[in-house]
Amino acid sequence: MYPAKFDYYRASSVQEAIQLLQEHEDAKLLAGGHSLIPAMKLRLAQPPALIDIGRIAELRGVTQDNGSIKVGALTVHADVAASDVLQSQCPLLAEAASNVGDRQVRHKGTIGGNLAHADPASDLPAAVLALGGTIHLLGPGGSRQVAAADFFLDLLATDLHEDEVLTAIEVPAISGKTGTAYLKFEHPASGYALCGAAAVVSLNDDGTCAGASLCFNGVTATPHNASAVAAALVGKTLDDATIDQAVNANLSIADPMGDMYASGPYRVEVAKTYAKRALKAARDRA
Amino acid sequence: MGKAIGQAIKRKEDPRLITGQAKYLDDIQLPGMVYAAVLRSPYAHANIKSIDTSEAESQPGVVGVFTGKDFADLNPLPCAWQAGGVNNNANTPRTLEIDKVTFTGAGVAVVVAESRYAAEDALQYIHVDYEVLPTVVDAKKATEPGAPQLHENAPNNICMEWTCGDEAGTDKALGEADVVVKQAIRNQRLLPTPMDSRGAIGIYSPVSEDYTVYMTSQCPHIMRLLMTAFVFGMPESKMRCISPHVGGGFGTKIFLYPEYCMVAAVSKKLGGLPVKWMETRRENYVATSHGRDHVTEFEVAAKSDGTITGLKVETYANLGGILSTIAPGIPTTLYGRMLSGVYKIPNIYCKVYGTYTNTGMVDAYRGAGRPEASYLVERAVDLVAQELGMDPTEVRRKNFIPPEAFPYAPASNILNGLKYDSGNYAGALDKALELIDYKNLRKEQEEARKAGRLMGIGFSSYVEICGVAPSAWVGLNGEGWGAGLWESANVRVHLTGQVVVTTGSQPHGQGHETTMAQIAADLLGMDVADVRVEHSDTLGTPFGYGTYGSRSATVGGTAIYNSVQKIIEKAKKIGAHMLEAAPEDVTFEDGKVFVKGSPDKAKTIQEVALAAAVAYDLPAGTEPFLDDTTYYDPPNCTYPFGTHVCIVEVDKDSGHVQIKRYLAVDDVGKKINPLIVDGQIHGGVVQGVGQALWEGAMYDDNGQLVSGSLMDYALPKAHYLPMIETDSTETPSPVNPMGIKGAGEAGTIASAQAVVNAVVDALAPYGIKHIDMPLTPQKVWEAIHSNGNGGN
Repeated sequence: MYPAKFDYYRASSVQEAIQLLQEHEDAKLLAGGHSLIPAMKLRLAQPPALIDIGRIAELRGVTQDNGSIKVGALTVHADVAASDVLQSQCPLLAEAASNVGDRQVRHKGTIGGNLAHADPASDLPAAVLALGGTIHLLGPGGSRQVAAADFFLDLLATDLHEDEVLTAIEVPAISGKTGTAYLKFEHPASGYALCGAAAVVSLNDDGTCAGASLCFNGVTATPHNASAVAAALVGKTLDDATIDQAVNANLSIADPMGDMYASGPYRVEVAKTYAKRALKAARDRA
Repeated sequence: MGKAIGQAIKRKEDPRLITGQAKYLDDIQLPGMVYAAVLRSPYAHANIKSIDTSEAESQPGVVGVFTGKDFADLNPLPCAWQAGGVNNNANTPRTLEIDKVTFTGAGVAVVVAESRYAAEDALQYIHVDYEVLPTVVDAKKATEPGAPQLHENAPNNICMEWTCGDEAGTDKALGEADVVVKQAIRNQRLLPTPMDSRGAIGIYSPVSEDYTVYMTSQCPHIMRLLMTAFVFGMPESKMRCISPHVGGGFGTKIFLYPEYCMVAAVSKKLGGLPVKWMETRRENYVATSHGRDHVTEFEVAAKSDGTITGLKVETYANLGGILSTIAPGIPTTLYGRMLSGVYKIPNIYCKVYGTYTNTGMVDAYRGAGRPEASYLVERAVDLVAQELGMDPTEVRRKNFIPPEAFPYAPASNILNGLKYDSGNYAGALDKALELIDYKNLRKEQEEARKAGRLMGIGFSSYVEICGVAPSAWVGLNGEGWGAGLWESANVRVHLTGQVVVTTGSQPHGQGHETTMAQIAADLLGMDVADVRVEHSDTLGTPFGYGTYGSRSATVGGTAIYNSVQKIIEKAKKIGAHMLEAAPEDVTFEDGKVFVKGSPDKAKTIQEVALAAAVAYDLPAGTEPFLDDTTYYDPPNCTYPFGTHVCIVEVDKDSGHVQIKRYLAVDDVGKKINPLIVDGQIHGGVVQGVGQALWEGAMYDDNGQLVSGSLMDYALPKAHYLPMIETDSTETPSPVNPMGIKGAGEAGTIASAQAVVNAVVDALAPYGIKHIDMPLTPQKVWEAIHSNGNGGN
């Protein structure tokens, strides 16, 4: 567990970080370090330079504005989980963050680092996707915003360019009769999601489903959006049988990932079970 | 007995351990120290054609690079327990491998540098030309025609064939039985994972031409013996071995490893620079000995009333690519001979093939052979119960060895006339049933099933053999152990009245400094705080065999007991002299010598110690000082037992197993410190539960360890388990004067099968009879859904 040699730079602003990224080819940004440092210790990653953005205060914290909530990239999982604003207006993100790692990891690992790393078994991507979140990026050419649906490209690969910094995640505040749930089946070795199901359910006044969203971590290389299941729920009265039937008839996941502990086809079966449970929990909370 | 034995006092060593004051191996820094990194084979089976070290030698900070050829003068490491037919095929590690490797992770070269980082950086500049050979990783497949051959001297990769019991009698019982249940089971390979991984520091003195080696060992005296007499070919007096604080061993630190020899030999090459090597977790997983890995088929015979009449077992035990120090003894002596369990099984036969495969070495791991035996027996009993439609507790009760049958000689033949010492197996079961409220539990299970929930209740009634010692047992009759097995203790009462106990045992988490102090304090009528326990350094401790096999209290503790008894005799003599009384008229009670019937006029042990030390007025012919050394070789092992109960609920839609309750009722004989016993049981149970549900080392067909990190190898986590409930019965052992039996491994030996039995019980509505460990949710889910009704 001895990393290869690397240079270390500390950026005091996002602009400086972008400049350092341009100056140092293949440099990596260091935030919480909870994915990067273990990979370096195993020499699976050998970046020539690290640019530490961990002390840029402007990247930390949760703010709300006009029906949307912005979470700074350096906000640690524990702060996301404990945020009053998120708990009341976007509880799905708080619940997902409370599932990340263990207590120590949650006090060090950051939401931006997590999403930028794009580990398919991490807890946050499905929640951000289910919420229809937006990723804020800043690069030499200015800022741009990418929908979560377009951000995750492949296993550990995102739309984040080499000279860009992920600055914030923006998610909509829930409104009306909306309930959300994140349920996780934990991999017993890594603690990552063998399958994590994020569900959002909105109800009309008559109790029928006004809209729904269902996404998974851990099953495929990028978070899976089960839009057909969600579409099948809209307009229906969501009793248990309706939810079960909608999942059974419409959940199909291609190319599931497997490991020696849980095969791909088995993960799809778990996804079915967790989809039903997450949707029911979200319905009950709406 | 006095007031210290039996007290649940907190451990004396803990403040030091938990405040970071204790020095573990990697905490030790010596002037001029250099650091070693080992280059390990990426292939599981290969010939080493050549190694070019020149580019590595010129890397910054590098002090030296060495290969196996540099240490060709050192002998291969010894196999000290050549059980059952290991004759001319004990293939063992070398300090660094020279010609070939038989598992991924075998050391082939070492870089020594001014920093650990520099050493690691230089590894990639060593160029090894390997001729890669085909591999086999499965213990049974290795013996099949056409399998790759690992060693010329072991045809079909068979290292040994070993049997115990009576084959003809067992076959007869199987033929005559009302029911015979056959089952294939695997006891999967485990990675022991002590928190403190292995390490060593070697220091050669060019002046005195001797060595000091610090090492993470459970038995520094044995390490010195094996390194000097077997590997280096020199007298023991030329080496000092020190185990600093050792953070967990679980058996895996009993063995002599190549790196311990390597640091000593490298230090000599470098003119005496201290050389430190500390393994990473990856190295720990590939290069430190693993545990278990049995492929077994058994048949159990029973009458229709549940009486078990025979047990026939065939096991392929995977020993890895080469033999670890005591590897052959584990699946033979400590496994086959314990296959009677707690039951009066009249006919037992066991055949074991120990095989070489292209995998890491396999040797003792907490329980060592006995968890494998106990798992098999307890699965067999449940299968009989299931077959006959009987309650599993009734089958157990029907077959228990009754209390009046002790000492009991099981049909698996423990060897040399050794018998189970004492037991009350029904007593432990009854207590467990009462504490768990068994009758209502079955009703609850009935209700749960009606409601569509899968609740299961699993039992494990176990006995184990521990206090592993009698030299006449292991050392004779072809059992292959190359030495005796006893333990030493020196006890001194210094002139200030403080006691120093020096033991040949070696603590690495067990709490020796507390329990051993309790023994001496109890007998001497002193405060536990006034007794200091010293250990772990061959300089200054009498030769001892170390700590494993739950032997420290029973064997090492009894050695202390005997030393103190001799000191008390001497104290009585001196005390009588001080009291101007005849020695035969005095007694020793509660820390004081006094004339029988006159306790008011007494000399305390401290006063006697002072008189013995200053020595100007001693009875004629009496040596100064209160000091005695004992070498204790017990007449028998000890046999703790108990019943564990596990209650699970299985999520039929995901296959996830949740443990709802876990109860352990253990009988470890008399307890010296119930708090420490409880801790041992908790830890042991968790290790067994880990095997049942999560842990499993996996090699792919090329011999790569795919479970090579903690991201892939699932150790138990605290939040996966409920609070373990513990209770006990107390059946003193007649083997030793304190009546103690040992507690270090009981939890692990008892627990895996309690969990598996519970899960199989939960799945009984689906007709499921067995699932191999670990019971991953996928395996459980597939078992539920494989019978066609989809679990719905």
